[in-house]
Amino acid sequence: MKRIQRRRGLALAASVAGLGLVLTACSDGGDGGGGGGDEAAATFDCADYEQYGDLEGKTVSVYTSIVDPEAQEQEASYEPFEECTRAEIEYEGSREFEAQLPVRLEAGNPPDIAYIPQPGFLRSLVQDFPDAVQAAPQSVIDNANEYYTEGWVEYGTVDGTLYATPLGANVKSFVWYSPSAFEENGYEVPTTWQELLDLTDQMVEDNPDIKPWCAGIESGDATGWPATDWLEDVVLRTAGPEVYDQWVNHEIPFDDPQIVEALDAVGGILKNEDYVNGGLGDVASIASAPWNEAGNGIPDGTCFLHRAANFYQANWDEGLEVAEDGDVYAFYLPGESEEDKPLLGGGEFVTAFSDREEVQAFHAYLSSPQWANAKAEVTGQGWISANSGLDRELLQSPIDQLSFDLLTDETYTFRFDGSDQMPGSVGAGSFWREMVSWISPGQDSQTTLSNIEASWPSS
Amino acid sequence: MTAIPPTTLTDRTEADTRKVPRLTRAEQRAIAAKGRLSSPWASGIAIVLAILWTVPTFGLLVTSIRPRSDIRTSGWWTFFTAPAATLENYSEVLFGSSTSFATFFVNSLVITLPAVVIPISLALLAAYAFAWIPFRGRELLFVAVFALQVVPIQVTLLPLLQQYVSWGLAGSFWVVWLSHSIFALPLAIYLLHNFMKDIPSSLVEAARVDGAGHVTVFFRVLLPLLTPAIASFGIFQFLWVWNDLLVALVFVGGTTDVAPLTVRIAELAGTRGSQWHLLSAGAFVAMVVPLVVFLALQRYFVRGLLAGSVKG
Amino acid sequence: MDWLLRPDTTPEKLTLMVIAIVLFVVVMGAILLGIDRLRRAPTWVVVAGFLGPTLLFLAFGLFYPGLRTIWSSFHDGRGRNFIGLDNYVTAFTQEQFQVVLRNTALWVVLVPLAATFFGLVYAVLVDRTRFEYVAKTLIFLPMAISLVGASIIWKFVYEYKPVQGNIQQTGLLNQLLVWLGMQPQQFLQDQPWNNLFLIVVMVWIQAGFAMTVLSAAVKAIPDDIVEAARLDGLHGLSMFRYITVPSIRPALVVVVTTIAMATLKVFDIVRTMTGGNFDTSVVAYEFYTQSFTARNQGLGAALAVILFVLVIPIIAYNVRQLKLAEEIR
Repeated sequence: MKRIQRRRGLALAASVAGLGLVLTACSDGGDGGGGGGDEAAATFDCADYEQYGDLEGKTVSVYTSIVDPEAQEQEASYEPFEECTRAEIEYEGSREFEAQLPVRLEAGNPPDIAYIPQPGFLRSLVQDFPDAVQAAPQSVIDNANEYYTEGWVEYGTVDGTLYATPLGANVKSFVWYSPSAFEENGYEVPTTWQELLDLTDQMVEDNPDIKPWCAGIESGDATGWPATDWLEDVVLRTAGPEVYDQWVNHEIPFDDPQIVEALDAVGGILKNEDYVNGGLGDVASIASAPWNEAGNGIPDGTCFLHRAANFYQANWDEGLEVAEDGDVYAFYLPGESEEDKPLLGGGEFVTAFSDREEVQAFHAYLSSPQWANAKAEVTGQGWISANSGLDRELLQSPIDQLSFDLLTDETYTFRFDGSDQMPGSVGAGSFWREMVSWISPGQDSQTTLSNIEASWPSS
Repeated sequence: MTAIPPTTLTDRTEADTRKVPRLTRAEQRAIAAKGRLSSPWASGIAIVLAILWTVPTFGLLVTSIRPRSDIRTSGWWTFFTAPAATLENYSEVLFGSSTSFATFFVNSLVITLPAVVIPISLALLAAYAFAWIPFRGRELLFVAVFALQVVPIQVTLLPLLQQYVSWGLAGSFWVVWLSHSIFALPLAIYLLHNFMKDIPSSLVEAARVDGAGHVTVFFRVLLPLLTPAIASFGIFQFLWVWNDLLVALVFVGGTTDVAPLTVRIAELAGTRGSQWHLLSAGAFVAMVVPLVVFLALQRYFVRGLLAGSVKG
Repeated sequence: MDWLLRPDTTPEKLTLMVIAIVLFVVVMGAILLGIDRLRRAPTWVVVAGFLGPTLLFLAFGLFYPGLRTIWSSFHDGRGRNFIGLDNYVTAFTQEQFQVVLRNTALWVVLVPLAATFFGLVYAVLVDRTRFEYVAKTLIFLPMAISLVGASIIWKFVYEYKPVQGNIQQTGLLNQLLVWLGMQPQQFLQDQPWNNLFLIVVMVWIQAGFAMTVLSAAVKAIPDDIVEAARLDGLHGLSMFRYITVPSIRPALVVVVTTIAMATLKVFDIVRTMTGGNFDTSVVAYEFYTQSFTARNQGLGAALAVILFVLVIPIIAYNVRQLKLAEEIR
């Protein structure tokens, strides 16, 4: 009962602009999914699902890093497929996904489908388990080419073979702020990097008691990742997307002078005692402030700016309105000039470890706009896809819509999160750790980057 | 069982020094010993220690009934000056999942009981062999078993899982029981052997002279003496299995209906670790059963390991 | 009979559980009964009956994986090519590794000693007092919490908020400092003290174990010894020092050994609280990240072997104790 209630609540939130109502919306019980309007889970017509055939009695197991509450939305989005093809989807989410997936592969016990959040991880899986990872079937290739840009298809491709298709996406080049605080102080959303710095100086001048920026990179055993996003975003701006690609692919050393320059630019904000760390302490406090609470200074009035991805919206206190004229909102982290618009983001990739008919059918479904729209319908907030067939109007929060707009706007140059593309020992290891050391105890930029360079695996 | 004071805990604590004639020798000695150490400042230290040990957990308990925004803006101690309680966290923990909470609970129970009974039984037999059956290579073997304690569970996961998959047993209760039993054995043998070898050899030898075989000696002489030690180790093993996440994650995963409570609670943190406030409630829900077990069996603990350490 | 493998309903699960236990009892019972029936069974048959199943379990589940780990430690990340001692060289030349070793040493010395000390003192202090039942439960409480749960509890305790405007402290320890008029500290970042703050968590958990076992040992001290000591005029601390501690020496060895072993293996605390940053990593955590995050099995295996080597002194000490005990008997 609770499950239905939640899901209905989430769907209801679509018609209500606010976000805090999710849990209070009531259920009126009811049918199992096929119903109409914004009240049901997802609208669908089984005629559209005939292409997947009749899969009665077949089961597809899915293993992901997505756990509750998002897992419930995932499962809800499979319902049209399950109902029409009569296949059963067995969903398993675990926070230990990245550690356990290789163990399962090695043991010969893989799931049918996994959602892999890092292209770098996908690449190493293909290298290590060439027999286990399945190349995408034609139906999936067609969907990928039709609904995703070349860049996104490329992230799921290893050595010319398409293995994985994008599932969800996120946009990281955002700075959260309080529209009302901006209005009160007469601040404008900056459109260039220089304007952003000028605005910061202005804030320091106007409010001697407040540090303009708040930041936190603590995230348990993944501590440091928000700092890598900072660096990647700034590399894209100071060095440009080409250098960024070379850097990510290790065609230039990790500690190339251009990267050092970018890290110094990050330091210009994160290591500037006048700028940080609003409501959280000094520079060192960035290292121990939980990333998912660091932005709270904005509604609390102890800071003005917090750079974080669109999915940060899930962390705002209930009752805060996320909207351009609401309590909190985000603006695009500006480039060097108004024309220069790099965009940093990420996403998960659907990878199959079986070529059974029902697995291929489900993979095709997940790469189709049908699924993207079904997912959007059952999701309250905090989810987007790069699928061009996604109906923008189904997205239920303004920040999701803005993210989708940026993703599909061709004047923005999209780049995938660099650390997610690097080998695991760097992208989920030394890069995180060294960035933490850079913040606290405050290692200099050159040493930090040289240490990471030294840790890059030789083969 | 001769060495165990026949009185229960309550009798003992309520014992009054003036009624000396009614007390056993052990109790007289106990009271005498108490007189030596229980100066006011000794009690003071005990109370301070108890508070130090309890405050963090108590803070978590208070935290678990506070609303999320309060948790991050003020300390839990402010709850007492400005109380704001909610059961939201608990309702999310108990009812927030699509799988009924009772399912996880039953799974935990089904996993834990055999995973306590099997290794303890095996360890008792093994400890007996190491302590009372003389055979060649005994010491070497014992040291080897003891040393196996240090093998980190993580290095065993892959080889075991490979084997389970080839047996077609992966993802069932059977492999969880087997794995937990294996991992518990070295420590169980080490601890039980320690109690076992301290049992007066006169007792064992007397039985042997009467013609009893090893099996008879084990069941008739040693087992009764060891009951309290078994109960005590049983509680620790219960705790370790109940709180285990790793074995459950690797061998059963979360899909099938086999996943225990810990798997559910680990997920509470949310996909990106943004729901930490729920973990306080989750931790308390998970604690209830071990605590009940401890309280119920504490009597054994106290009379407890006594029997094992009896000197001849 | 599918439900024997995949039971769906609660009654099925409970039945399966009972079946498993009964099955185990029947099998073991049959083996033992067989031995008992055999009059004058040769020793090796008896030993096989008592030890056989256990050794089988251990060989399969711990010994073989252990050997495999030693084997992989001489191979590369994917276990394909033999690379000799390279992994060990890497482990020991890693810039941070000295710190990791130092931390591990700190853990393995401080945790058993401190936990045993507090456990023992507490066991003696509350022994046979009116509030013994409640008092022991309180110290035991942390044992009932998982390591991750305990880490979260202490993360709350150490939480830091700056002194600024009307921001309140949310961590108890910093609030105490503020009440005392001092500056709040970032406990988990201030090296090298942060290691001690992590160690506290493990001590907090393990003291319950020490207290429980030692309390029973204290109660079992033979009367004649205590009485003789009393006649000799021993009191309070000297009674504790000269009678209590020597009398429960075997139990102390067991407790220290068990806690030391557990401490060497523990990585959840470091993982949850600092992620190994700020020079707080330990060998077990490095092993975990190398094996599962960086997916360098060779290096991970080498670290596991180093853990094993670190245990040798503990094993040696126990063997000596064992020998001494044998001689006495």
